[in-house]
Amino acid sequence: MLSGLPSRTSTTEGTPKATSRRRPQGKWALLFLSPWIVGLLVFTAGPLIASLYLSFTDYDLLSSPQWIGSGNYTRMLTGDPVWRQSVVVTAVYVAVAVPLQLAFALLLATVLNRGIKGMTIWRALYYLPSLFGSSIAIAILWRQIFGAEGLLNNVLGMIGIESTTSWIGDPHWSLGTLILLRVWEFGSPMIIFLAGLRQIPAELYESASLDGAGAVRRFFSITLPMLTPIVFFNLILQVINAFQVFGSAFIIGGGHGGPGNSMLVYTLYLYQAAFNDFQMGYAAAMAWFLLVVIGAVTAVNFWLSRYWVHYSDE
Amino acid sequence: MTTTTQPAGTSTRPSATVPRAAAPGRRAARALLYIVLVIGVVAMLYPLVWLLSASLKPADEIFGSAGLLPDTWNVANYENGWISADGSTFGRPLLNSILVSLGAVTGNILACSLAAFAFARLEFPFKRTAFALMMVTVMLPAQVTIIPQYILFNNLGWVDTYLPLVLPKFFAVDAFFIFLMVQFIRGIPRDLDDAAALDGCSPGGIYLKVILPLLRPALVTTAIFTFLWTYNDFFSQLIYISKAQLYTVPLALRQFIDGTGQSDYGPMFAMSVLSLLPTLVLFLIFQRLIVDGISTSGMKG
Repeated sequence: MLSGLPSRTSTTEGTPKATSRRRPQGKWALLFLSPWIVGLLVFTAGPLIASLYLSFTDYDLLSSPQWIGSGNYTRMLTGDPVWRQSVVVTAVYVAVAVPLQLAFALLLATVLNRGIKGMTIWRALYYLPSLFGSSIAIAILWRQIFGAEGLLNNVLGMIGIESTTSWIGDPHWSLGTLILLRVWEFGSPMIIFLAGLRQIPAELYESASLDGAGAVRRFFSITLPMLTPIVFFNLILQVINAFQVFGSAFIIGGGHGGPGNSMLVYTLYLYQAAFNDFQMGYAAAMAWFLLVVIGAVTAVNFWLSRYWVHYSDE
Repeated sequence: MTTTTQPAGTSTRPSATVPRAAAPGRRAARALLYIVLVIGVVAMLYPLVWLLSASLKPADEIFGSAGLLPDTWNVANYENGWISADGSTFGRPLLNSILVSLGAVTGNILACSLAAFAFARLEFPFKRTAFALMMVTVMLPAQVTIIPQYILFNNLGWVDTYLPLVLPKFFAVDAFFIFLMVQFIRGIPRDLDDAAALDGCSPGGIYLKVILPLLRPALVTTAIFTFLWTYNDFFSQLIYISKAQLYTVPLALRQFIDGTGQSDYGPMFAMSVLSLLPTLVLFLIFQRLIVDGISTSGMKG
């Protein structure tokens, strides 16, 4: 009962002191793990299952949940144009923002890795937007910048382009401002790329230089292939993050989805369903749909990674 | 824009291998590189610097000007923004936010280090399964648990308290940090545990006397990131807190937006700048740990 698993350090298995120490650890482990176990049951696994149950009910917090079968899912997938809108907005947001963000991150990391003087200062400066980006203060700033009399139009005016467009008020551009905010925060993936670039052995570049490969050639035939595991990691992380964008869309869109729901990202609609309309069952169904989509996209990414991610130790 | 052919210390791999003959073209390329970097930084940071300058401008200068230098400098925006209509100050949400964040930090450090010790050092049944479960919860989007959690806290009468924001952290729900600490503990030599065990230390003693002191860098990293994430977290603060006295910084800032005319932009920007200060100070103090935290957790998981 106490050691159901074979010990991983099988070499020390024979020595009596090792086994005597490993034996009574079951109780200790339970003690150390008890906060986590309680947390897992009460705050994670329990709610996960509860939300699956709720997704098949009609529930407004006041009366008890009414079982309606797959009603919420049917309504979501076939009868709710606003939901469809939120899916399209989120899909565009993720598909445009993440690749651009990663491209900038990779570009800057590559440049900063070329023996730039004062690298840590440059890195810190380029990281600053990431540090602040998710704050409400920046979302407020974004509202002003892209407003009709905002900073962008003033800058355009200075170079002779008169514009009175409210970029946030125009459904053609509003999602673009949200995407720009995400791209602006390329600091974290940049730092991860920089760490990855340091791992590439210098000999590879030396022999390539001797063979006469130029900088561009070296980037595409050495840097990029060697970096694909890091690109993959950043991609997984940022896709999952981007799917869950909320605060910036909430503030910039003025608490609702912006003009014509053009900024109605998925979690914002979920928030409205749950906490404005108190349709807890419908919101739970939306949450589970999101979980399945994020899981599926991540799985597809893992599957696709076999074709482009290069692991040097294999 | 002085360029240099000297290696700049730590990371000058590719440039060092370039043959001498290419030097003049190389210098031009270098110069160009620095010019691009400067332009990039200016473009990236312009909005932030402009925010700072706008917070010091009178209302009529904020709109219709992209310039950074106000015609007249004044701190009136800070005075007006600091005191709100009901006589309370912006100090309250700042203090509330810091309080909530410190509570979350305490919870994460305690609960995650306990769990991490068990995963890294103790043998117990179903260890692999438990570890896999823990890793799955790292990836779980918060939205899928938030509704039942809200119902739970609502039934307990804890809405409009900080308990929903802080209490779960004492139960290691931010499993990401467990993983971070497990990785760190695996790097601590087991000989130290063995020596302590020979001296009669129980696993509890080893955790307290050997692991915890050596775990400090990971604990600091956990503290910094927990603070940053909690301080900037909007979603849960929005759903759990509706009383004005309990407002945290994001909620107080949001109040500024609701029904403001152009005249209120100055105070709003001033308080926005103030709200970024704790984050900035933290970054300036712990820059290296933050960068290391991002790159190492990035590399490993």
